[in-house]
Amino acid sequence: MKISAFALRNSREILRDKLNLAFGLGFPLIVLLLLSAIQANIPVELFAIDHITPGIAVFGLSFISLFSGMLIAKDRTSSFMLRLYISPMKSSDFILGYTLPLLPMAVMQTIICFIAAIALGLTISMNILLAIIVLIPSAVLFIAIGLLCGSIFNDRQVGGICGALLTNLSAWLSGTWFDLSLVGGTFKKIAELLPFSHAVDAGRAAMAGQFDMIIPHLIWVIGYAAVILVLAIYAFTVKAKSDNK
Amino acid sequence: MTAIRTENLTKKFKGITAVNNLNMEIMENELFALLGVNGAGKTTTIKMLSCLIKPSEGDGYIFGKSITKDSYNIKPIINVSPQETAVAPNLTVMENLELIARIYGNDKNSSLVKTKNIIASFGLGEVQKQKAKILSGGYQRRLSIAMALISEPKLLFLDEPTLGLDVLARRELWKVIKKLKENMTIILTTHYLEEAVALSDRIGIMVKGELKIIGTSAEITRKANAANFEDAFIYISESEAV
Ligand SMILES: Nc1ncnc2c1ncn2[C@@H]1O[C@H](COP(=O)(O)OP(=O)(O)OP(=O)(O)O)[C@@H](O)[C@H]1O
Ligand SMILES: [Mg+2]
Repeated sequence: MKISAFALRNSREILRDKLNLAFGLGFPLIVLLLLSAIQANIPVELFAIDHITPGIAVFGLSFISLFSGMLIAKDRTSSFMLRLYISPMKSSDFILGYTLPLLPMAVMQTIICFIAAIALGLTISMNILLAIIVLIPSAVLFIAIGLLCGSIFNDRQVGGICGALLTNLSAWLSGTWFDLSLVGGTFKKIAELLPFSHAVDAGRAAMAGQFDMIIPHLIWVIGYAAVILVLAIYAFTVKAKSDNK
Repeated sequence: MTAIRTENLTKKFKGITAVNNLNMEIMENELFALLGVNGAGKTTTIKMLSCLIKPSEGDGYIFGKSITKDSYNIKPIINVSPQETAVAPNLTVMENLELIARIYGNDKNSSLVKTKNIIASFGLGEVQKQKAKILSGGYQRRLSIAMALISEPKLLFLDEPTLGLDVLARRELWKVIKKLKENMTIILTTHYLEEAVALSDRIGIMVKGELKIIGTSAEITRKANAANFEDAFIYISESEAV
């Protein structure tokens, strides 16, 4: 009851912000169009639509971190939150209330991204469905990053960290824009230690029907998601207390 | 029955003691006005009693339950209208009210019924479909107070509820409060002394974190040897200032 009421409120706060929608859906779609336009003129294997779509989907998910982080950071300092802290809501109610509405939003965003890709020539197969499912742990990962940032930083810092830093990290270090092995060296090593390239590779493996390649990549994503989620819950609970000291 | 009892309730922030050794007892269905100049410690007292911040020392009891150990059982029966207007900006008036009703355990139907009732008694009908962020300050204020009432608490804290309300809205709220106090314990803070006199059963005056005097407005005026309550308030607040 409490959770669903709070979750409903959070999805309203996010969806009623037109800028959120414009960024969260518009940006990835524009990039998708741009890259397939490039592809149409100068065919590069990397930008083939089947190859690029999982990367764009992951890039799009980084905006989910921005939404959740901004909402929580703004809430935390508002007197509205005071009212919720006074109410019988528990920490777990808060965390679930923030997380649950974001998951369907993230999945919807991924689906829209794939539908747009189909319009641009993505091969239609059951593997698309699999790729969408394989991207769900990534959605959880990005939601958790948002929770963590929103619990630690203020809304302007979240704007910088999730809006600028994270979207760029998930773009550059994911192997979407260029093949990581072309750069190689330390850059590649760092990229492989972070979850973003694994998230994209798991999606690509699903698209390509290389099913045995999915799990090794997905483990990285799930591991990161679990650790960051725990950190986020801890940070939120501690921060919620200290905000009122 | 005793609604609130405090035992040496104290809150220290870095360097300052905001509330010092507060000992008081407030009865069920009493309307108690907590007065004091800016920074006297009223809001801090309310924050401790509503389990939002932990006391540095001492304890308080709400209907016999400890605010430090038993907040889980206190929270469902209290509510607060915070000093600063507290509404969700992107939700409409109705959505804000329904949200709070449901967080306090009402199902969808009874939330809706309660929302409609409270909208009527607070004159929010004409703005019920508008988002809170575009309401005028006074309407936001009314909504914020209504959100505290919708959970039908046994104990209600109103921290400067009439701040920013026009004269008509203020008098309307007085009426609502008078009706509420028949079966609700209310702690009210205000800087309008005539409001405290008109509404409250008893008044407590805080000076620099300490509760200096408790009594009816007549008792306080008499004890301070003053011509009227305002003079008494000024006398008490200034005599302690160093
Ligand atoms: N979080 C905090 N950290 C440090 N000091 C604080 C904090 N909250 C309140 N104080 C201090 O505690 C004292 C009491 O503040 P409080 O807000 O309780 O006063 P008040 O009686 O409600 O005043 P007002 O009429 O202005 O609302 C003030 O000196 C204030 O600066
Ligand atoms: Mg105050």
